[in-house]
Amino acid sequence: MAIEHADVLRAAHLARLGINSDAEAAGYVDDLSRILEMVDRLQAVDTQGIEPLSHPLDTTQRLRADEVTEENQRERFQACAPATAEGLYLVPRVVE
Amino acid sequence: MQWETVIGLEVHVQLATQSKIFSGASTAFGAEPNTQACAIDLGLPGVLPVLNEGAVAMAVQFGLAIDAHIPDTSLFERKNYFYPDLPKGYQTSQMAQPIVGKGEVEIVLDDDVRKRIRIHHAHLEEDAGKSLHEDFHGMSGIDLNRAGTPLLEIVSEPDMRSAKEAVAYIRAIHAIVTYLGISDGNMAEGSMRCDVNVSVRPKGQEAFGTRAEIKNVNSFRFVERAIEFEVERQIELIEDGGKVVQETRLYDPDQDETRSMRTKEEANDYRYFPCPDLLPVMLDSAYIEHQRATLPELPTEKRHRFENSLGLSTYDAGVLSATRPTAEYFEAVLAVCGDAKQAANWVQGELSGHLNRENIDISNSPVTPEQLGGLVSRVLDDTINGKAAKQVFAALWNNEGQSADEIIEARGLKQVTDTGAIEAMIDQVIADSPVQVAQYRDADPEKRGKMIGYFVGQVMKASRGTANPQQVNGLLKQKLDEA
Repeated sequence: MAIEHADVLRAAHLARLGINSDAEAAGYVDDLSRILEMVDRLQAVDTQGIEPLSHPLDTTQRLRADEVTEENQRERFQACAPATAEGLYLVPRVVE
Repeated sequence: MQWETVIGLEVHVQLATQSKIFSGASTAFGAEPNTQACAIDLGLPGVLPVLNEGAVAMAVQFGLAIDAHIPDTSLFERKNYFYPDLPKGYQTSQMAQPIVGKGEVEIVLDDDVRKRIRIHHAHLEEDAGKSLHEDFHGMSGIDLNRAGTPLLEIVSEPDMRSAKEAVAYIRAIHAIVTYLGISDGNMAEGSMRCDVNVSVRPKGQEAFGTRAEIKNVNSFRFVERAIEFEVERQIELIEDGGKVVQETRLYDPDQDETRSMRTKEEANDYRYFPCPDLLPVMLDSAYIEHQRATLPELPTEKRHRFENSLGLSTYDAGVLSATRPTAEYFEAVLAVCGDAKQAANWVQGELSGHLNRENIDISNSPVTPEQLGGLVSRVLDDTINGKAAKQVFAALWNNEGQSADEIIEARGLKQVTDTGAIEAMIDQVIADSPVQVAQYRDADPEKRGKMIGYFVGQVMKASRGTANPQQVNGLLKQKLDEA
């Protein structure tokens, strides 16, 4: 499976990664193509009749009781936030 | 050309758990911003979500209530997108293996037409936080209290053919989740939110038209209006030679219109993949049967029972089973008085009238069902007449007595059925009204029926409303006609 320049730009956009030059994008095209080549090799393995595995662990999800166990730690959490006001985390203006 | 509307709904129901779906932070409504957002909700590095059993139980109960298949394994996946109120950069949701499989909901339309709407599936997911777009020095404020609140997203098949059917469907879902007690169903506080998929097609055509999705409609009325607007827009567009584009639209209640949300539409690519932090959820049949045992009688069953066993009209059965508090109130009145029709009349008449006038929810009614049942009992055993009953109700409403019996006693409202006592009052009224008596007796017998009202009124007044009106009527006729 080949990856092209446009695919790299699209993936970068979806992941909100800044790619600033064609040269940089070309580097990713090469790297990602090599990764996909390896995936292609994996695809060649015959998996007929094998159930897809979503998790490598052969166990199931543990459930917790529906109880409130967390206390308010807003001050601690907001101490490492770049900007806060009136208890809110501030972010660059979101325009709908 | 004749057009047919096709509607499918995604209803997000906020589950009434104490804590969040993956963390032990509180879900209580109305707290100070970010005081209920813990490290897991904030998506800080190194945290591990652990699934809330309460949310699982509620989802399973909903599935059982709509006769859905509950698969033995379900899986959480990550739905990736960027928005400031989603700090992890993904929403933990379910896609390929949801917790609730295919089911069905019965809706009731006008003229008692019933229709079954198929449910494609329902899945668990977490809610996002809230963005506050007021200006904070050119920035937006984020409150993450709601982040991680458990949601059950219920996805219907495109089975609805009108705005009315869509509203009936949402009402049915609302009734089920509130009966189950898995959500407070408060649409104004966002406990139920709908995404509406609408398309039109020429009548008789099998293939669906292109649909538009109207996001986040949050009241029964807005759902109806948003659909009506959107259907009209699409038909006009096509008839003018245009094409409906698949897009997300927003309903604006102020302008009563839908608007395109994204102009530079790029197909969403959420890149779902299994959440590595959460293992497959396995539910054995013992667990599912345990949940089944907790199910209360559901709205449709209740409606059928009210109609078939209690003999109520279809309309009364529908109204009284519409919400669980109403149904429970009615059944409590019935338990005291033993007469379903009278209980239904009082709950829907005098009680609803007072509640609506003062905008009070039935669960906060100043008159308890035990008090109302006691009142209805006194009407049924003829202790009081209808007029006195209304006085007693008003007194109970205004908290002027603990029970109907107490008020009847204190105010001397007991119906007078003693013939001798009524006759004495009638004789007095006849003696006091020589002019009216003479007029009555001179009148054409056909006109007397109307004229007797005056005397009935006088006698009732003399008895302070306590005389039995039927008896008064009968005895008056005898006495006036006998001369």
